[in-house]
Parts: sequence; structure tokens; C-alpha cells
Amino acid sequence: MSDILAELERRREAARAGGGERRVQAQHAKGKLTARERVELLLDEGSFEEFDMFVTHRTTDFGMADSKPAGDGVITGWGTVNGRMVYVFSQDFTVFGGSLSETHAQKICKIMDMAMQNGAPIIGINDSGGARIQEGVASLAGYAEVFQRNVLASGVVPQISLIMGPCAGGAVYSPAMTDFIFMVQDSSYMFVTGPDVVKTVTNEVVTAEELGGASTHTRKSSVADAAFKDDVETLMETRRLIDFLPASNLEKPPVRPFFDDPDRIEESLDTLIPQNPNQPYDMKELIHKIADEGDFYEIQEDFAGNILTGFIRLEGSTVGVVANQPMVLAGVLDIASSRKAARFVRFCDAFEIPILTLVDVPGFLPGTAQEYDGVIKHGAKLLFAYAEATVPKVTLITRKAYGGAYVVMASKHLRGDFNYAWPTAQVAVMGAKGAAEILHRSELDDAEKIAARTEEYETNFANPFRAAERGFVDEVIMPQSSRKRICRAFASLRGKKLNNPWKKHDNIPL
Amino acid sequence: MFKKILIANRGEIACRVIKTARKMGIKTVAVYSDADRNALHVKMADEAVHIGPPQANQSYIVIDKIMDAIRQTGAEAVHPGYGFLSENPKFAQALEAEGVAFIGPPVRAIEAMGDKITSKKIAQEAGVSTVPGYMGLIADAEDAVKISNEVGYPVMIKASAGGGGKGMRIAWNDDEAREGFQSSKNEAASSFGDDRIFIEKFVTQPRHIEIQVLADSHGNTIYLNERECSIQRRNQKVVEEAPSPFLDEETRAAMGKQSCELAKAVGYASAGTVEFIVDGEKNFYFLEMNTRLQVEHPVTELITGVDLVEQMIRVAYGEVLSLKQSDIGINGWSIENRLYAEDPYRGFLPSIGRLTRYRPPAEVAEKTHAVRNDTGVFEGGEISMYYDPMIAKLCTWAPTRSDAIEEMRNALDAFEIEGIGHNLPFLAAVMDHPIFISGDMTTAFIEEQYPDGFSGVVPDEKTNARLAAVAAHVKMRKEARAAQISGAMANHKRRIAPDWVVYVGKDQFRVSITEDNGCTTVAFEDGQTMEVVSDWTLGCRLFEGSVGGTPMIVKTDFIRDGARLRYRGADLNVVVRTPRQAELVAKMPEKVPRDTSKMLLCPMPGLIVSIAVEEGQEIQEGQALCTIEAMKMENILRAERKGRVSAIKAAAGDSLQVDEIIMEFE
Repeated sequence: MSDILAELERRREAARAGGGERRVQAQHAKGKLTARERVELLLDEGSFEEFDMFVTHRTTDFGMADSKPAGDGVITGWGTVNGRMVYVFSQDFTVFGGSLSETHAQKICKIMDMAMQNGAPIIGINDSGGARIQEGVASLAGYAEVFQRNVLASGVVPQISLIMGPCAGGAVYSPAMTDFIFMVQDSSYMFVTGPDVVKTVTNEVVTAEELGGASTHTRKSSVADAAFKDDVETLMETRRLIDFLPASNLEKPPVRPFFDDPDRIEESLDTLIPQNPNQPYDMKELIHKIADEGDFYEIQEDFAGNILTGFIRLEGSTVGVVANQPMVLAGVLDIASSRKAARFVRFCDAFEIPILTLVDVPGFLPGTAQEYDGVIKHGAKLLFAYAEATVPKVTLITRKAYGGAYVVMASKHLRGDFNYAWPTAQVAVMGAKGAAEILHRSELDDAEKIAARTEEYETNFANPFRAAERGFVDEVIMPQSSRKRICRAFASLRGKKLNNPWKKHDNIPL
Repeated sequence: MFKKILIANRGEIACRVIKTARKMGIKTVAVYSDADRNALHVKMADEAVHIGPPQANQSYIVIDKIMDAIRQTGAEAVHPGYGFLSENPKFAQALEAEGVAFIGPPVRAIEAMGDKITSKKIAQEAGVSTVPGYMGLIADAEDAVKISNEVGYPVMIKASAGGGGKGMRIAWNDDEAREGFQSSKNEAASSFGDDRIFIEKFVTQPRHIEIQVLADSHGNTIYLNERECSIQRRNQKVVEEAPSPFLDEETRAAMGKQSCELAKAVGYASAGTVEFIVDGEKNFYFLEMNTRLQVEHPVTELITGVDLVEQMIRVAYGEVLSLKQSDIGINGWSIENRLYAEDPYRGFLPSIGRLTRYRPPAEVAEKTHAVRNDTGVFEGGEISMYYDPMIAKLCTWAPTRSDAIEEMRNALDAFEIEGIGHNLPFLAAVMDHPIFISGDMTTAFIEEQYPDGFSGVVPDEKTNARLAAVAAHVKMRKEARAAQISGAMANHKRRIAPDWVVYVGKDQFRVSITEDNGCTTVAFEDGQTMEVVSDWTLGCRLFEGSVGGTPMIVKTDFIRDGARLRYRGADLNVVVRTPRQAELVAKMPEKVPRDTSKMLLCPMPGLIVSIAVEEGQEIQEGQALCTIEAMKMENILRAERKGRVSAIKAAAGDSLQVDEIIMEFE
């Protein structure tokens, strides 16, 4: 009997060894943990339950029949993050370079199916050379199976992709369809075609890092949502993200004990808005001072800094924040910021996460560059996202809310539940000077008269009261009581029920 | 008594004067510029008058504007604070003409002490010890040797027109005097076009010690002991204390008596300060008299119990001084630290901006200890570019010097300032410096002890161990809370192991934590244990408690892989890992920070306005490379050295983050 039990242990040992000591050392030398070490750190200590440890590929071509390592280059299973269930797969670069075979794909699909059936997030750790070429079209079919599940799972359970090594070619499209992509600085890259092909086709010489490294994807392409300094930090920050997210679209976001007074008054906010309306200020200060314990988990921090997106907690429960950032491009809405915020709003709406919108927006960015690249449709994405969202929506206008951008930023008209404004708010069609110049075109030559008209417009329209008179602003509040008012607003919306008309799906301007 | 006074100043000193006036039942009028519309002194005063644009020369020091404010409000007297108009005889005259009392000395005294030469002459005549020297012209090198011998070595040979150390020599003997004279003369001629030279005694181991005097207009003059102000940076006082750890009773009395004589000689009536330079042998020499309230007056108030502002107001009203010399004693010890909005890690560059967080320690006044914070700012307020970058004057008092220092260390640890760079870590370092602790410092202290500037404090291993205990404790609390999240699988909750590896600076500690009835015990690998006793909870930015029996106040902020701890001038990112994480991290190569010496990095978030060079272009040191707009200001970035541009990574119109690459060099 003991021999039989020992056989299990022997087989497990063999599977755990992955591609062998030499390849494990090579992995470490590259600053990368092994697939199994990653899973171990991602999950609560001792909570990992593995599936399909003994699965092997079935290829016989190219001498593959002689090499059938247990697990076939991917580790799959489930475990907990702070006691909450998650499903995970982790590609093992030490086995066939983490390449994706038919069986490798089947292992991934199995846990994806289970995650959807049982309502828990899927975390994919990508570290793979690509398709298993020896398998040909069977490998491609494997990718397709994964893609199909990514799409079906989208909006049902949160999907998070960690790029912790190469991820190239068709493989990129699985992460691309998940909710969040995190990368590791200097040891991960993603591209559809690698530097060699780029050189052959376009004669462009570019390194893998420049083409698809963490910096490229967090700053330029916005494919990735964040990049961290090493594997450990990436895995720890993933745990932090999961703590903000509901397990599925049928659950409310999680709540945890908090140590911060919901009625906390922040007198310093009364002076946040500078006297000079053209002077910027840091919107992050407001977010920190509203949030429980000043904790803000930012998403896409390095991209389109003119809008901020991320998660905070109010009274211990998750709230998504979208905020114009006057420090960058005066907080203007443009293509990049509209896309960034629209995607974030839709994620929150899909997973029942209430949305707080902080508004200081001078309008949309003018210019040929924006128009040629389709700012109309990209801007419409954000408008669309806010308008269709049925989660609790609380909006606070701190300063400028001009023109179409005012409407876009979770205005009352887009079914905002609570639309607050500070006394410093200016809800108007445009800035005073521009308005005066249009309304009094005949006086354009007379600088003095225009100045007087500007002042007149400012007094009459550059305030929150015109909007409040019409009920577009529900209440003008003192800046110092923002946290208290916003906490109470969300508390009152916990039972909110709002349904959009039935449809197969909408047709957002992609 | 006056019914209403106007304070012709701003910031902490205006607030300070208002506090005393309020205590005396006197109404107050503040004046303010555009930049001070929301300032604390404006909020505290009963009335406030706007006096113009931010620049002081268009507001606070425009006599007419202050006079208008007086007329407008009917103030009967004016307290000028320090700086601005406080030592301007024209202002005092203007007030006199208007029949408004000046809460300061008579015009004659201001004038007499306002001029360096005249004041020295008057001082000599009044029997005050002055630096021996020869003010006349010196004919040749032999003349210089003769005079040097009369003055007594060491001597300083100085160019009349000199400044900044140019044309200055120190001579310890005849040969050096001869040679020094010649080289000073040559240097002076070429640098200033004026080769006049004078010689005076070179004061060795100089300390800056000053005497506070108080006089009324009825001929009564007393001194309120000394203040030691030797810790200075570029002639700006940083740390002051009273009494001086250096003076004996005899020297103190001699300095006090001479100071009173000087005050009498100029008909002084008000609070004033006589500054001396004191050498290692306790010889003291008159420097100058400040005919106003000094910045550092609180330390005197704390050891004498006298409210100097109140006395100034009473004297100005014409009252007879109610204090006699015999009423003035020395009770305990007081230290003042000046908190400046200057970044100590960047050569003390002024750092302006919004105070996103400003939480001074609680003020206390008890028999055993006291904390006083004179400030003119508040959380959410602005440190503007227009005025002195002082944030606050933090003072402590205790019966002994060492207790007062310890009180200061704790007060600094509890003082939270965020949003701008400030010198708090530097002050904390000074409070722990052995020379300061010994009291044996000279005016060269900062220059000698921090020749390459300040780069933070590196705590010893014992302190690191205590900080490790704090970091592990807060990490454990954080993880314990995380595990209490809703939606966890019943019966399969996360179990948190008690073992952690904590990295503090170069030190690494393996600890194990147990928590029992709110008491945390941290056991170290070497068998040592520490109890952590604190009512700290998550969300608190200050950890206050005791660690292994040592009371500690630590600024605690969570960072990604641990906690940022700030304590006693040290600013540490303390990493806390599980043993398994630590084991795995150890297997991996350490990440080498990229070499950025051949790159131009964006120094601040901003928008590229223009790029002034092209790829392949040769550039010279100092050449403009690109212009960045940040905070509505255009900043030109220049080449640090000669070279060639190899690649340009950004274009006009790009919005860049901090440390993004703009261009690379060969």
C-alpha cells in the first residue's frame, strides 16, 4: 500500500519539478519566479488546489512523443485571496517555453468554465513563447477556445491578466479581452508581431522592450493598466486589486472593516480651488481626502493623466472614481482620456461598483489631430458608458463644468443620482471670455467693453446656482463636508434598482 | 490702554502679536496683500485691510498704505513685527506725525543702531566690548604687521569693499600678516577696484549669543538673559535656545549690564536685542543691536515667563516697567527650531506650494514640559514665493537642556507637514547630533558638520530593530484586516502566519509577532523580544506608543511592499515580506537601476512646449534642450555637459510624467 501512496508522491514531485533545475535557475536569473512560485505568492498561504497536474500533450510529430512532462506547461487550479475564491492559471516557461498546446489550452478552459459556473474571478499568469508549433493548427484551436471563453466570461466574472514574461502573437488577444492587464517592468512584453518581423516587413529597428515592454503599454498604448517593479510586487498588487472586486456580476462588491470616520470634515478642502481660475490643483488630494484612510488604487496611472480612474472605499465598500485632473492638460477631455474613463465606467457598471465622478473639465480638446482621429466617436464612448450605467452614480463638480463635457461627466441628465457642486463650481456652456466674445460679437473691437461683458457673464453664469435653480445640481455643498455628503449619498443608494430596456446588446461607438 | 492696534506684518509674527493683544483686551487690525487673502493672521484679527499686490514692496513695506489702513480703522498704535517696516525710522516718524504710537523704540534709537559704524562707535563709548581692530587705512605690509600686533593674533585682514570671502585672510603671525595684507590688497583691487584694507581681531570658535533687553520711556532698563543662536545656515538662524549652554553667570551678567548701558545710551524704550560674537575663551564682542522683536523671542519668554509683546505694548502706551532686574530669573531650558519650506535634500532650495497636510504637535504648558508652536499657516494654506519661507517656530521647554531637546525630538516626530519640501528631517538630525547635544557648537556648525549638504539620517541597528517592530506590527494589522473582507469562504478563511522578514536600510530582521489582548510582542531571531504598546489603528498616520519600552512617535504610511517610516530625521522605506517571499526574492538578481546619466528625463509632470535640438546635433553645456510647461510656468531644460543628441523620444505637445525620457545622448 505504502508503495502506491509513494507513487503519487513521486509523480507529484516530477510534475512540480517543471522543466528541471537548470531551466528554473535560468528563469530566476531573468528576475522571474517560476509558474508555481507565482501561484504560491498570489494565493493565501497553503490555499492552492491544483487541477490536471498529470495532463500531458498528445503530439507525436517532431519527436514530441519522447517528451511528455506532466502538466504540459501550465499550472491551473483554484485558491483564495484573503479567503475569497479565485481561479488561476500560470504558464510555465520552463516547460516547452510555456508554449500553448491543445491540452495546455484545455486545462485553461477547464478552470475558466468552473470560474464562470461558480462565480469567481479568473487570474491568468502569462509567460509563454506562443503557440506550440509542433502541434500546428491544434494549438491555434486551443487559443480560440480560450478567446471564446474570455468573451463569454467578460462581464460575468472579473478577469485579470498578469504578463510576466513574453506574450506574443495570437496569445496577446486573450489578455486583451480581460478586464485588467498588469505587467512586470523589464521582464515582460506583449506584441502582435515581434521585432524580427517588424524589421523584415517595415525595416524598423526596435527592441522588444521598446516595442511591447511595460513602459510602452502603460504610457503609450494603454494596453496595460499598471506595471510593477518585479514579480512579487505585481502579485501583491493583484491581491490588492482583487480585494476591491466582487466575485461575479451577481454579487455586490466586498466590504471590509474600516478605520475612518464617514463624517470626517476636511477643512483644507475649502482652499483646494485656487483663486486664479486658470491655476491647476491636484485632484488626487481630493480623492485621498474623500477615501477611507486616504487609500486610492489607481488604474492606468501612467496614461491620459488628464483623467484619473481607480478604486477607493467608502465605509469599507468599493467605489470607482473617475476624476478630471486639472494638473494635466487642464483636465480636458480628449480621445485618450475618454477611452480610458469609458472602459473604467463600463467595468464598474458591469460589476455593480458604484461610481463617484469628480468634475473639473474645461471641455473637449480642439484641433485637427483630435478630429481626424475621431474624437467624436471616442468622446461618445464616455457619454455612452455613463448614460447606460445603472449603478449608483454620485457626481461632484468642483470647478469647471463646461459645455458638452459637462453633460458627459455623469451629469444629472445622464441619470446621476446625486449631483453635488462646490460653491466654486461654474456650470456653463463655456468660459466667460469665450461666451462674451460670441454673445457680443459686435463689441469685439472694444477690449474694455468685452472685459465688462466677460465680468457680467462671470457673475451671472460662472457659478453653480443657475444649474441648481433648474435642479441639475441637487445641492451646493461645502468642500469640507465632501466626504460626509458623498458617504451618505452612497449609503442611501445601496438599494438602488434601475434597469435598461431589454436588448441583445447595445451598440456603443467602438 | 490702547483700544485697537494695527499689526503691520503677516505670518506667524502677526498671529503672535494678535494673541497677546486679544489677551489684553485690545482689538486688532490685520493688513494683507493679495497673496494673503486667506491667511491665518487675517482670520484671527478683528478687522483686516487689503493693502495691495503680493510683492512686499507694493504692500507690506509701503508706508502710505499702512498709514491709510490706520486712518481707515482708527488704530491707536502699530506693532511692526520683525522685518518689513520694523526698523525703518521713516515709518516710525510717519506714525509720530500722525499721533499714532509705534510699538517699538524711539526713532532716534532706530537710527543710531541702524548704521553699523555709528552703532559700533556708540557701543564703544557706552563701554561695550567691541571687536578690536583698526578702521583706518593701512599704508603697507609693515604697517599691517604693527597693527596686527596691537590687535593681537589671530587677526582678520579684510577688504573694505569685501564680501563673500573675497579679499579676506586670516593671519596667526607676522609673516602671515605681511603676506595676507599683500594678497588681500591685490585681490581687493582686482575684485572690487578698491584696495582699501582693514584689520580686526579674528574671533576663533565664534558663537552667536544675544541679550534681550527691555526698557521703558522712564529710564528703566533690564535684560532678560541671553539666547544662543549659533546654529545658522548662511547667516540664517535655524536653532536657538535660552539660556546658552556656554555662558557662566559672570559673563552673562557682564553682557547684560553692557547691553543695558547701550540701550540707555540711545534712549531705548521697548524690547530690543544686542547681538554679540563670543569666542572660545568667553570673550564677547558687540555685533549689532536689533531694535525690534526678534524671531527667536519665544525661547526667552519660555524661560522668563515674560510676555515680551505685552511689555512692548505697555511701554509704548507709556507705562512704567513693572519688572525689575531681580524679577528676571532663568527657569529651565527652552529650544526653538525654525521650520522652513526648504528642501534639505536638494541644497535647501525653497519649496513653495500647498500644505496638503499640516498637523503640528499639540501645544502644552505644564510644570514638567511645554510645547509652543508659533505659526502663520494652516492645513490647506499656501507657502507663497513672495515671503520668507518660514512655516513655523516650534519651541519646547523643560527643566533641563537634555529634557528640552528630548521634548523637541518628540515634537518634531509628531509634526506632520506634507505637500512641500521642508527642513524637519534636518532639524531632527541636529537635535540628535553629538555636538549639539554637548552644547559645544560654533556658528560654523552646519558648514562643518554637513559640508556636502544633508542626505537624511541613517539610524543605528538598535533603532532599526525598533522600526522593524513597528513596521511588522502595522503590516500584521493590515493583513489581519484584509482577511476580514466579506465574501470569504466560510471555514476556509485565510490564516496569517506570524513570521515576517523586515528590511530596514541595510539591516534585515526575522521576526515573529503574537498579538494577545491588544498587546503585540515581536520576537526577533536572536531571541530578543519587544512589546509594542500603542493605540494605533489602520488609517492613523502617526504611530505613537512604546516599542521595547522606548516611547516612539513614527510617521507611518503604507507603501506597496511595506511602510514608509519617518523617525528622528530618518525617512525609510521599510519592506516587510513573508519568509517565503524573502526566500524567493533572494534567488533573483537585484534590479540595477537604469543608467540615466545619458538621458534627459522629465523633471516634473508637464507638457513639452518645444524641443530646441535635433538628433545628431552637437550640444554645449548649458545649451537649452527643450521647454516644458508645468503649472502654467515654462521651464527650460539645459544640457548638463557637452555631447551629442543620439535620440529624441518626445515631441512638442507630448504630456510627460516625471522621469519619462525626453532625449538620449551619446
